[in-house]
Order: sequence, then C-alpha cells, then structure tokens
Amino acid sequence: MKIIVLMKEVPDTYGERTLDLETGLLNRSASEPVLDEITERALEVALSHREKDANTEVVLLTVGPAGTLPATLRKGLAMGADRAVHVQDPALLGADLSLTAQVIAAAAKHIGFDLVIAGNASTDGGGGALPSMLTELFGVAGLASLSTVAIDELTVSGSCNTEFDSYEASIDLPGVISVTEALPDARFPNFKGIMAAKKKPFETLDLAQLGIVIDQETARSIVISAAQRPARNAGIRIEDAGDAGDQIAEFLAQNQLIKGRSA
Amino acid sequence: MIGYPANSILVLVEVSPSGQLRSGAAELIGAAASVGSAVALALAPTGNAERLGTELAALGAAQVLISETEEHASSVVVPAVDALAAAAAVVAPEAVLTANSIRGRDAAARFAARSGSALALDAVGISRDEEGIIAHHSVYGGAYLVDSAASTGALVITLRQGSSDLRSEAQPSNVQQLPVAASGAPEATITAYRETAAASSRPELRGADIVVSGGRGLGSGENFSLVEGLADALGGAIGASRAAVDAGYVAQTMQVGQTGVTVAPQLYIALGISGAIQHRAGMQTSKTIIAINKDPDAPIFDIADFGVVGDIFTVVPQLVAAIEAKRG
Repeated sequence: MKIIVLMKEVPDTYGERTLDLETGLLNRSASEPVLDEITERALEVALSHREKDANTEVVLLTVGPAGTLPATLRKGLAMGADRAVHVQDPALLGADLSLTAQVIAAAAKHIGFDLVIAGNASTDGGGGALPSMLTELFGVAGLASLSTVAIDELTVSGSCNTEFDSYEASIDLPGVISVTEALPDARFPNFKGIMAAKKKPFETLDLAQLGIVIDQETARSIVISAAQRPARNAGIRIEDAGDAGDQIAEFLAQNQLIKGRSA
Repeated sequence: MIGYPANSILVLVEVSPSGQLRSGAAELIGAAASVGSAVALALAPTGNAERLGTELAALGAAQVLISETEEHASSVVVPAVDALAAAAAVVAPEAVLTANSIRGRDAAARFAARSGSALALDAVGISRDEEGIIAHHSVYGGAYLVDSAASTGALVITLRQGSSDLRSEAQPSNVQQLPVAASGAPEATITAYRETAAASSRPELRGADIVVSGGRGLGSGENFSLVEGLADALGGAIGASRAAVDAGYVAQTMQVGQTGVTVAPQLYIALGISGAIQHRAGMQTSKTIIAINKDPDAPIFDIADFGVVGDIFTVVPQLVAAIEAKRG
C-alpha cells in the first residue's frame, strides 16, 4: 500500500506568531518553524500501519517555500517515512486554499497513492478544509476528523465525533482521511532514524514539473485587510487575604455578570 | 418558477437523522439576513419539508429549500454537497454559508472544490462592501483581524459557531422541495451511529456567555467538581486547559486553546491555569477575564482583568457562596 502523509510547517505555537500587516501573510522569519503536531500524528498512523504491513510505502508530501522546509521535513523522515516530496515555487507565495489543494492534488497524483492521510486542521491556518477539498478533486471517498483509524488492504474505517453525534464509518480505497489529536502522539525520531533520514530520497518539484499553470481568472480567496488587535492589558491583581472570593463576587456584580437564577 | 434576489445568501443548516434542526441555524440565518436575503437549505428525511420550512422561516429565512432524501441518515457528506450544487444552480447566491462544524466544513470545502469557488473558513462575521460579501476572521488566537473576499464568484464561508449574535426577524413561510441529481461521488458507509447532543443542563462550550475553565492546578479529575460548582453558580459552560486534558482530568472536547475550542465569552474564569500561549490563543478575546492561581508569575495574570494570587480550593468555595448570596 502506498500512503501519502500531508505535512505542514507552522510557526511554533509556543512563541508569538505574527502576520505581515502589508500582505496579510505569515511572517515566517519571526518564529521558529516546526512540523505541525497534528501532521506528525497523521504520520504516526501511517507508520503504525507499516509495522503491520511491511509492504507499505510512506511518502511525505508538503507544499511551502524553500527556506526552512527541507530541514523541517527531515524530522518526518527521521521518524520513519520512506521518502519526501516538497513542492515549491515562487508563484505559490500567498496561495489560497483552492490553489494549494490543486497543487497537492497534482503532486499526489504524480506520486500515486492508495490512501492520503492529513491532520484535521493546522495550528496556524486552522481551516480544516484541505482534506475534504482533495477528496472532491480526486473523486474518491473521504472521512474527515477521525478519532480512531483502522486500515486494511481495501478499506479504511474509523470513528468521528461531531458537535452533535458520533459515528463509525468506512470507505473503500483509494481515499482521503483526516485525523484529530485524539490519535496517539507521534514517536520520537531515534538516533538511527536521524542518521538514516539523511540518505532517504527527497524530491523537489515546481509547478512546471506538475504541469500546473496558475489560472488568473479562477476564483480565489483574497485578503483585503489585516490588522493587529490591541494587546490586552492586565487589570487588577490582588493577593488573597482571606476575602478574595467575596471580592471577585463584588467585581462580577458590578459588571452585571451575575445573572438571576433561571426558571 | 420562483426567482431569487440577487443578494441571496445560501445557508446550509444541519438537521438530525430524524429530521430535527440542529442548534446553530438561527445564527447562520441571522448572519446571512444581515447582508442579504437568506435562502436556507436543509436535507431531511421524507415528510419533513413543511415543518422545517416553517421553523426556518421563523428564524428569518426568506426562502427555504428542502432536499428530502432517505440517504440523509446513512450518509456523511455527499448528499449535502450534491444539494448545495443543485441549490447554487437555481439560486445563484452571492455567498454560501455553513457552520464551521465538522460536517458543515466538510460540505463547504467539497462544494468549493467542486464548483471552483473561493473558500473563507472559520469566519467570525460577515458584512458587505460595494464589491460584495466580506468574511471577517480572527486569527492566531484573536491577535489579528483579517478580512477576506472572493476575487470573483460566490464566496463560500464557514461561520465559527457562537461567533455571531445577529438574529433575524421571522419571515413568512416560503418552502420549496429541491430536486437534487446525485453526483455518484464515492461516499463513506456509516456502520454505527449515536446522538451525543449533551444531556447536560450546562451550556455548550462553543458560544457560551460564561466559561469557567480548570487547569493543572486542580490536581485531579475529582477536583474538577470545583470548576463545575462555579460554572453552575454562574450558569456557565466548563472548559479546561491542555495540561488538564493531557493529565486526564477531563475529556479532550473540553479543551480551550490553540488545539481545542476557541471561545470569546462575556466572562472567562481561569482556575489553576498558568496561561501558556497555547491556552491564551483560545480565550484571550473574552470580554472579561478572571484568573485565580497560586503562582504570582503565571502569565494568565498578564491578560486578566481581575487576578487573584491564591489557593483555588479556598477562594472558589467562598466565591460560590458569595454569588449565591448576591443573587438572593
């Protein structure tokens, strides 16, 4: 089985993340780039399956600028992926979801796959739509936001907890799934993996190699303004001298935050 | 043939397998009606069109389209995408709006990919300017406000649940059955199903006016009753920090923060939460923030309107008693 895992580089959420207010784009140099944790969990699903079915190839696929991504992606290879494909092209600066989905779809077809696994939503864009868009573009079956996953030769099944209900479902392969952080943590790369990663195949593709010409007439989502919300300031702070609970209640009452008991 | 106004906003509302409207329809229709004429679309089992039409008109839908299908209960998303495509073809909407729920997002994303429309996700509001519909986003935990629009065509928007309190006035009922041609796109097969709509009397975390959250400082799952007691005294929802979830005190669905739910209530009370950036990203746009923590250096105090350096196990019981006393 050939599994493509979609990887994404994001600014580390432990640091401040900033937008360029001129372009509305992420200020990549302002924060530490890391592999998005949810994409590492997606990779863990693929690697766990390969342990059961040695006849499985795990390919990492990412789209993003040249900069730090190749180094970031090495971590996925060190964890155990077989090879990596990185799509980069200056024309992709500021690409919206539609263009990104088009590019990933073309690259995935170039690689070939039985199953595509993605995280359900990244920590930076947080859209959570790309796996669904790919499902549609491929014309295959998909399952979004799975909190358990079972993969066999011909099908993938799993469970999904939505805001209102939960269900178990299965799809026939080929297909696309996205996984939530209910799935197990990713393994840490060990020393052997880190050494081996240096020799694993790493392919870089641009739009011409994928046969993509950006259509300027296509509908795109565009940023029309970006502004920074004023920073929040600290207010009152007290040390509890035995009456802090009463003081908070007084503060709540003054701000009309204690509602009458509802019937 | 009934015509549709040029400023139609097509709104996909969610319906349970038995044909009941899910919560959130009023918010979606209210947001749509604030910028145009709300055309509600629902999928439902056969025999529910008239009733749903009346209910959706009462929420402000100027026109209602119902796709009655027996596949509704057994399908995940494909019939909804097919119905959106069919509805968009007859309505020619200026924008398409769904909830940013798991199913709403799935349907919106697939419809956008199928129709080649621009997609704006997790909007916290919509408005219009002279060129059309604009989606407002709150990104990086509310640190930035970003507006987006479509370069051409209808913008497909998912609206964050609980982000908009606009509600529309009731409209006269105007319901039509929508014929939908099945696309035949491969679909998942549901093998087991259950409703999980909370039997809890507490409000849902998303969209709650008041949220009380607990962190590692609680020390155990049992001690979370302290959080519950304060939440119930205030009529609020319960949340948790990632540390509390990772420690196994509460379910992951309660996690507030970067990788959990983003909330912006009137009042947010953080109990025993240090306030790592990951947590703050999920709550820092709350109107009023109160924090109780025994560590005076906890970063949560940097954004708290009222901070108490103290022991939650003595301050919270006193606070609950004082709230009860004030309410009489």
